[in-house]
Amino acid sequence: MKSAVLVFPGINRERDMARAFEVVTGVKPVMVWHTETELPDGVDVVAVPGGFSYGDYLRCGAIAARSPIIDAVKRHADRGGYVLGVCNGFQIVTEIGLLPGALMRNASLKFVCKEVHLRVDDPTTAFTSAYTAGQVIRCPIAHGEGNYYADPETLARLEGEGRVVFRYCDELGRTTEAADPNGSLNHIAGIVNERGNVLGMMPHPENLIEALQGGTDGRGLFESLAKVA
Amino acid sequence: MKARVTVTLKNGVLDPQGKAIQGALKSLGFAGVDDVRQGKLIELELATSDRAAAEAEVTAMCEKLLANTVIENYRIELV
Repeated sequence: MKSAVLVFPGINRERDMARAFEVVTGVKPVMVWHTETELPDGVDVVAVPGGFSYGDYLRCGAIAARSPIIDAVKRHADRGGYVLGVCNGFQIVTEIGLLPGALMRNASLKFVCKEVHLRVDDPTTAFTSAYTAGQVIRCPIAHGEGNYYADPETLARLEGEGRVVFRYCDELGRTTEAADPNGSLNHIAGIVNERGNVLGMMPHPENLIEALQGGTDGRGLFESLAKVA
Repeated sequence: MKARVTVTLKNGVLDPQGKAIQGALKSLGFAGVDDVRQGKLIELELATSDRAAAEAEVTAMCEKLLANTVIENYRIELV
């Protein structure tokens, strides 16, 4: 599998993302600077990592979403190529319009940096096939703007089509207000596009890959991608 | 010519910052504030003096970058 990790000014999780791909797949991703206009030949997966591109100025991800490289990312997604947006990457991918909705300020108004539980609601995607339906995994989060919002029609469509892949839950898989760190509608932590080749999520699976990090619950996502790409 | 763009959250979109401001106003003793919505004001200094051209240009800027029309409305004033 050939992967690429996009790099924007202000991004800070690109090396974590690159390491996760390398550890799980054995192949180092290509780092792609935002001023490039083409992705490297033969790239299967484009990862948009977390951080604070352009200092979150204007809106989180807004300026990065208008970078020169983005047209190439759109073409890649249109061809059916995989796109993984994590944290700021999820914000960027929604700003591009590859995924619906938007990430708003956390309901608590606080930046939340902790470990949460996620329930895998769709293990049939290219990103989640290594998990089982309803499996509860641990995953770190670190964001101030992860409060998923979509208008009622969009939300109904996402739910109706089963495109909510990850939901915040407690350790037993129950979705409760208390287990939701940011106030996301329907406790949404991650969604896919209609075609299933673009995933956006606020939590950081790339930060739970090796025992040294305190767990390996995030590996499944990268293992899933390695199976299809 | 100067353009002033006001970006506000659409109705129905939760505004936690507005809520916090409302709470702060209440705690300062300002009673009777039923709701607070926070937005952004962006001022642009434009080279053109043609109002129609400016309006079209700034509208394009709003659609492309300045506002996220999924969650925000924008209003343009030319001054």
